[in-house]
Parts: sequence; structure tokens; C-alpha cells
Amino acid sequence: MDAATSAANRDFPKLYRRAGSLSRERAWALRAAYASLGFAAVIFLAPPVYMLITSLKTNAEMADQSLSPWFVREPTLEHYAAILGNPLFLGFFRNSIIVTLIVVAITMAVSVPAAFALSRMRFWGSTTLATGVFLTYLVPDTLLFIPLYQIVGSLGLLNSIWGLVLVYPTLTVPFCTWIMIGYFASIPKELDEAALIDGASWLQMLLRIFVPVALPGIIAATIFAFTVSWAAFVYPTAFITKPEAMPLTIGVVSQLVRGDTFAWGQIMAGALLAALPPVVVYVFLLDYYIAGLTAGATKG
Amino acid sequence: MAQVSLRRLTKTYDGGVAAVKAIDLEIADREFVVLVGPSGCGKTTTLRMIAGLEEVTAGEIRIGGEVVNDIPPRDRDIAMVFQNYALYPHMTVFENMAFGLKLRGFPREEIARRVDRAARILGLGELLDRKPKALSGGQRQRVAMGRAIVRDPKVFLFDEPLSNLDAQLRVQMRTEIKAVHQTVKTTTVYVTHDQVEAMTLADRVVVMNQGRIEQAGPPGELYANPATRFVAGFIGSPAMNMIPARLVPTAAALAVALEGGPTLPVPAERTARYAAHVGRDLLFGIRPEHVTEATRTDKPNLAPIDVTLDVVEPMGMETLVHFRLGRTSVCARVDPQAAGAPGEAMRLAVQMDRMHLIDPATDRVL
Repeated sequence: MDAATSAANRDFPKLYRRAGSLSRERAWALRAAYASLGFAAVIFLAPPVYMLITSLKTNAEMADQSLSPWFVREPTLEHYAAILGNPLFLGFFRNSIIVTLIVVAITMAVSVPAAFALSRMRFWGSTTLATGVFLTYLVPDTLLFIPLYQIVGSLGLLNSIWGLVLVYPTLTVPFCTWIMIGYFASIPKELDEAALIDGASWLQMLLRIFVPVALPGIIAATIFAFTVSWAAFVYPTAFITKPEAMPLTIGVVSQLVRGDTFAWGQIMAGALLAALPPVVVYVFLLDYYIAGLTAGATKG
Repeated sequence: MAQVSLRRLTKTYDGGVAAVKAIDLEIADREFVVLVGPSGCGKTTTLRMIAGLEEVTAGEIRIGGEVVNDIPPRDRDIAMVFQNYALYPHMTVFENMAFGLKLRGFPREEIARRVDRAARILGLGELLDRKPKALSGGQRQRVAMGRAIVRDPKVFLFDEPLSNLDAQLRVQMRTEIKAVHQTVKTTTVYVTHDQVEAMTLADRVVVMNQGRIEQAGPPGELYANPATRFVAGFIGSPAMNMIPARLVPTAAALAVALEGGPTLPVPAERTARYAAHVGRDLLFGIRPEHVTEATRTDKPNLAPIDVTLDVVEPMGMETLVHFRLGRTSVCARVDPQAAGAPGEAMRLAVQMDRMHLIDPATDRVL
């Protein structure tokens, strides 16, 4: 550069300010991160904590307006004892477990091969189909339950858990297929080509290469399917009116109300127990949810 | 073991992009053939068609005499090594190598015997229980080769297997690949864009450009007698100098008048070969290693030229000097002791019996 015609960077103090501090910037970033995480944690944890506290109170303590709702003075397990001794509640639990396990099995059996086909076998209309699968997920169940009521009714499955088993996969399959398409797409194409040359059929490739390699994705999809069918509310509300066919979600809120008396203690205890299985499933499966399982397949 | 033959092999992608244009190639049993060329020249597509990973648009592929156009990859009895290794991440080294044999239903003892042999050839014995992620790049590439070796296929296919390795490891693995081929002697088709790899590994180098074969031959032949301007420029590093020139008659024979430079005498034995091109605009091709310091006297047909050095690049064993002739920048390889400094004058000698004349109209070497 010619010194006479060009200026040095330091001649532009507005562009080259005094140097900042890397450690100070990092400290502020951490503080901001903890503040927002803390805020989110309070918002999300407040309802379950309130449920827990309420479920441990006696009816008298609950009704006493002069006490703080956030403290328990005389903890009791009477509501838990009552609800666990209630055959109706145990029936809700059994219904939820049966429906959820079958729905998860159906979802995986359909969406894993579907995602494999859509992501790897290029056939006429495969991309349109893949988009279509996702679009069906965008139609809310609050709209779908009206036509589905006709279908479930005409099959004679109203007031039966088998109606739910039939209907829930319409929520879970599209989304799980979509998740799995994304996971399979991240598996390098050379892996299938290597398997093809090694002599694998499409089915062997799916079962021996794709399923083990995409296990984190399959677990994520399983968790999703489990949560959706465990927590489904709109469909059982619409299709189930008989208490013995109800799953937990609607059973707890509809059957533990006697006339206009809310058994708050039992409702809270029941809701808390109902929320437990997804937590257990998360904790159990997250142990297997090891990210970076594909590390080492290919370079970079 | 098998020969591979390509006849009028053509690949046109959807949308009309012609990747490979009716190439013919005969690969002998046990031969190591390297397809080399710039990216997009069709070399990888050709390899993938041989593997069965790309459909053939037209033409014919035979492996061991059998037409395989419509045979799926698994039944072609080929093995392929990929650029990014493509190891199965959830399997150990042993399982990676055994996978193909297991799928084919080989007995357990035979699988163990073959994996053991491959591991010995490649020095992988200690690593058989490891997962790919616990291996270095070179080790992964060796496992990928092991997976090919255990299959004992008719043909090995290599798709730029060394491109992901660092420079030092690449040279080491290159030697290993050559050693492996000398041990197992399987017919090999190897694709690379690196002409040094091509020269060092190949029994025969096939230079491809724009979907066609420019020239095929032993490495020394391609280096000494390139058939086209592309091959002349592609093989050899630094690349061949190409200086605009005109062929002029002299009393005794012919001479080339370099644009912006001296007129150099053409060796007498080439007079007949070049006679028809007198007076035409041509390109004078000369490799940097054939332009040396004038004090060197052990070569015949040296023609001296006086130049002013622009840039001097010491390489250790030799020094590259750059200078200008007219509009063309020319590179020469000289002894480090003989090289001057930039701006200095230097007398160089051109080895005229290593010269090439290229017709710019046809891009053929005359």
C-alpha cells in the first residue's frame, strides 16, 4: 500500500473501537442464558409443583382461604390412597397404557419403513408424498374429529379404546415419518451404496444399517408418539363417553367430579400420577439417546 | 479376477446433461487402471456405472465377459472403496469387514479366516474390536480397503479414496494401496483428480475430460508423448509451458520462432513430422524440467535462451524460476546453485528433443 494515498485502519476509530473484553462478554452471555432458563423453568414447573402441593393437603386445608396455597401444613397421602383404591381410576390407567403401547408400535411399524422409502428410494411422486405426509400433520385434530366421528361411529368403535387405537396414528404417523425422513437424510448416501455393494437387500439395509444408525431419531420419534397418545384429549373427549373405556386424560377430569363438587385432592393426585409415565419413559429412553452415534461413519 | 470392458458407454442425466459420452475402454485382468481428470470430467460417473450405482444410458459394461448393465451391484462381484470411507458406524472393524460375507452366508470360520488375512495385509490386527469413531482417518481408510479385500471380488473400485487424508498420510496410503494390489492382484479401477496419484499407482492412466477419454496409456507414455493439449497440460507438475510459436524453415531443417523470444532449432529427426505445419501458428510445449540451467551439458539438443527472472521459488531439491516470453509466463526447473535472484538475467537451455508442438485449432499434439 502506498502510504501517501491510503490510511491505516487505526485512522477510523469508529470502525476500530477500543478492544472489548472476551471474558466479560462471555460472563454476560452466561448470565443472560441462566436468567432466561430460570424464567422458563418457573413458568413450566409452577403448575406441577402446585399440583403436588395441593394433592398433599387435606380437604379442610385446601378450603381454608386464610392459608397460603403454596405451603402444606399437615401433609397427607389420603388422596393418593383414595384414587389408587378406585377401580375406575385403575381402569383409566390400564386403558391409557394399552392404547399408548399399541399406538407407539403401529406408529413405528408404519413410519420407519415409510420414512426409509421416502428418503432413499426415489420413485415417482416420492417428494410430493413426503410433503403431503407433513401437510396432513398440519390439520388440527380439533377439526379432524368431526369427520373422524363419522368414521369411528360407522365402524362401531365409539366408546371403545380400539377407536382411539385406530385414530391416534393419524396424529403420530405423519410427524414421526417426518422426523425419521430428516434422520435418514442425515445418513450419508455412501452407507447405503456400501451396503448395496456388500450385498444387502433394501430390507436388510433398513434393519441392519438404518435402524441402528438412526436409533437416536427412532427414540425421539417413539417419545413423541408416546407423548401424543398418552396426552391426547380431543379425540377421547369426542369418541368416549362410557367411563370404563376412558383413558386417564379425560377420566380424571370427568369422573372425579361429583355433581358440582370437585374432588380437588384426587384430581391433583390423579393428574400427577398420570403425568408420571411420560417422565419415566423420557428418563429411561434418554439414557439411550446418545447423540453423535453416526460419528466415524465418514469423514467430517 | 476379471477383465472389464466398456463399449460406447454413455450416461446422460435427467435434464440432458451428458456426463459420459460413448467411451470405450478395455481393462485387462489384474490391471490397475486409474481414471483421472478435473471435476466433472465423468470419471466418477464411469466408476459408479461399473459399480452399478448409476444406470447406464447407452452402451455396454462387461465384467469377466458378462454384460452387467442390468445386474444389481450385489451380484456384480465388485467391491468399492469410497472417498469418505462409508464405514458402518455401529459395527466394529471386524463386523464392518465381515458384513458383506455374512449377508452372503459364508460360514463363520471362512469369514474369520478372510478378515484375519485382510487385517494382516493392512496391519489392522489390533483394531478389530474398535468402532470406526475410535479410528484415525488412515485407519478408517484401511478398514474400507479391508472390507473390499475380504470379499475377494472380481474388481476393486476406488472412488478418490485418499482425498480426505492429509498430505503426508496420502503419500503413505498411496504406497500401501500399491503394495496391496501387488499382493492380491485384483483388477482395479481407481478414480482420482490427482495426477500424481494417477502416475504413481497406475499400470495405465486414462485421462478423461468433458465426458470423453483424452488418452489412455502407461504413465511414462502419457508424460513423454501426450496426445492432446489437455493431457499435455494436465499430466506433470508444474504444468507444461505452452508458448505461442511459429514453425519456420532454416537452411538445414526447421526452427520454432517463439513469440517474444528466440528462434530455437528443431531436432533434425522431427523435420519430416512437422514439415506440413511450416508457417502456421502453433503452441510450443515444453515441460519446466526440460528448461534447465545452460551449464548442464549432459543432454543432447540443448538450445540456449537468455531470460530475465521474475519469480524464484526454491523447492529444496530444485528451484523453479519464472520468466516471461512475450505475453507468456514460463517456468523452468533449475539447480538451486544455478538459480539467480528476481530481476537478474539468466541463461537457460531448452532440451529440444523433449519439445511438443500443439495445433491450437485441433488441440492435438503434432
